[in-house]
Amino acid sequence: MSIPNLTPIYLDNNATTRCAPEAVTAMLPYFTEQFGNPSSMHSFGAKVGHAVKAARTSLQKLLGAEFDSEIIYTAGGTEADNTAILSALKANPERKEIITTTVEHHAVLHLCDQLEKEGYTIHKLKVDGKGRLDLNEYAKLLSDKVAVVSVMWANNETGTFFPVVKMAEMANAAGVLFHTDAVQAVGKIPLKLQDTAIDMLSLSGHKLHGPKGIGALYLRRGARFRPLLRGGGQERGRRAGTENVPAIIGMGVAAQLALEHLDVENTYVRALRDKLQAGILAAVPHAFVTGNPDDRLPNTLNVAFEYVEGEAILMLLNKQGIAASSGSACTSGSLEPSHVMRAMGIPYTAAHGTIRFSLSHENTEAEIDRVIAAVPPIIAQLRKLSPYWGENGPVTDPEKAFAPTYA
Amino acid sequence: MWDYSETVKEHFYNPRNAGALPEANAIGEVGSISCGDALRLMLKVDPGSETIIDASFQTFGCGSAIASSSALTEIIKGKTLDQALEVSNQDIADFLGGLPPEKMHCSVMGREALQSAVANYRGEVWSDDHEEGALICKCFAVDAVMIEETIRANNLCSVEQVTNYTKAGGGCSSCHEGIEEILAKVLAERGESFTAAPPPEKKVPGKLTTLERIRKIEQVIEKARPNLQRDHGDIELVDVDGKTIYVSMKGACSGCQMEAVTLGGVQAQMIEALGEIVKVVPVKATAKLAPNSLPA
Repeated sequence: MSIPNLTPIYLDNNATTRCAPEAVTAMLPYFTEQFGNPSSMHSFGAKVGHAVKAARTSLQKLLGAEFDSEIIYTAGGTEADNTAILSALKANPERKEIITTTVEHHAVLHLCDQLEKEGYTIHKLKVDGKGRLDLNEYAKLLSDKVAVVSVMWANNETGTFFPVVKMAEMANAAGVLFHTDAVQAVGKIPLKLQDTAIDMLSLSGHKLHGPKGIGALYLRRGARFRPLLRGGGQERGRRAGTENVPAIIGMGVAAQLALEHLDVENTYVRALRDKLQAGILAAVPHAFVTGNPDDRLPNTLNVAFEYVEGEAILMLLNKQGIAASSGSACTSGSLEPSHVMRAMGIPYTAAHGTIRFSLSHENTEAEIDRVIAAVPPIIAQLRKLSPYWGENGPVTDPEKAFAPTYA
Repeated sequence: MWDYSETVKEHFYNPRNAGALPEANAIGEVGSISCGDALRLMLKVDPGSETIIDASFQTFGCGSAIASSSALTEIIKGKTLDQALEVSNQDIADFLGGLPPEKMHCSVMGREALQSAVANYRGEVWSDDHEEGALICKCFAVDAVMIEETIRANNLCSVEQVTNYTKAGGGCSSCHEGIEEILAKVLAERGESFTAAPPPEKKVPGKLTTLERIRKIEQVIEKARPNLQRDHGDIELVDVDGKTIYVSMKGACSGCQMEAVTLGGVQAQMIEALGEIVKVVPVKATAKLAPNSLPA
């Protein structure tokens, strides 16, 4: 028997990425020698202030923003999302409605659920089986009662894009602020925000090979804004609190690298992802890609393996050193399977078996080959335990053949 | 990543008694609709003795669901049906070296499958008696449905009462917002509104009556005396004025170079006994006490 190759393979880059070594190196001096507070009136602070400015310019370039002052640093994507939505409500107190979608990240959805309890009306746009929106439904909801539209650029689970550029124009024409959670999209697709009508955009450092604990809100010049945190005058009074300088520097380097890697993302990474998809689908029956395969992030593959459960798959993958994630209820600790899968109408025997493989430019073809070889036996092993599975395929009429008493 | 015990992992990676059991004469099929897990338990029962000769399972579920199923079949093999029915979900969890609170429902599903299989063997119809909701209290694995039903059945109106009845909220207290939300919902149905109870009065350790306080001070002095008397000295309580305790050092202690050290020790014991910061100050035994004129 040969010894299995257990070098870890990391395919969970939509959860977080490895901080680029260049970013770490650039950050280190800002913990020690360059410890100054950028707000201080002495050379300790001034040097740091210049470095923060350079980092801001690098992020501005990645976003294609017109001004570097359109970037407000936050503690991460969640804070940026919360800031954007709560700002719009504060700035438009007479408007009591929000438009969002059923498949947003929890940073938006759970905030909206709370706002609903506080009396706001939340319109959640539905998606079809491929995770696409109905823009007619959206157009009908836009009115002067709506304070803000918040729609993600790319879905974190399926990678499926929403047409945010067009939706922002529609919102703009209706006089409604438009925010997009672009945490998954930034660094993976080319952006030129200055040519769009997008008012606000959230991003996160650790999703693009930067450090954790740092993110940013892009705020188009002129868009009305009310800060979430008030205090000192940092970020031009729009986000009080001493800057997280090392993280800002690290994210600046990561943004620069991401800009340089953009075509790699859309050629090399995309080719690896497509190979992984073809390899798995060819070897595993009763498996399908969720979301819209024709319009999604180049690094994301979400596969539903019918009649088996995601956490069990992850545990067996992990045993072979392969890291991925699942939309199964059991992995989250909640009892519900992924709200994204449910919104797309995926039956629960498939929704619980969804696995997300999210790649980065650090992955290699040899790794993908190993995953393609590892997956089919794991699925077969678990299907042997499944009450929905017979000798060589699902039992006839699975939902009827196995109809347990449900609690 | 779940913090699974080694036994859970072992039973997941190498499940015992997995697969169909063609000669089964007792079959239980249960599932948890909210969680999506489902289990078919198959037993071969000896009709004469009602002993479970063989057991196997098929499970659609996560690692702990598969491990719980495997554990269950191992536990019940060789038992009579009546003995097997005494197996609780906690027994299954214990067999596995414990389960994370979010995963306790996997062991519940195992027990239900067993009840269902026994009912099937005896020609009875088994119906589930509990509904499962979202997990609210992670410390004690209490879900929303359990909390809601308990509030309704007992007319509860405070988080403290919910904790007393269900244990929910009795640990880290992070779930109190969730419990309050359920309380507000149920109270609204009764036409009442939820008002948060005033924060519980903190038990301040130093909160003593004047008499208790003086007695404690005297106890500390009495405790210190034998040691000092051994060195031909002594200490006496003179007066207490707020946070300042006046003592008189006598005999060898009076003017001793170690006086400050002795007083420091007494002061530390005073602070410990009273639970508050006090100062122990020496006065001349003969001096007429005039606290305001004493050096601080």
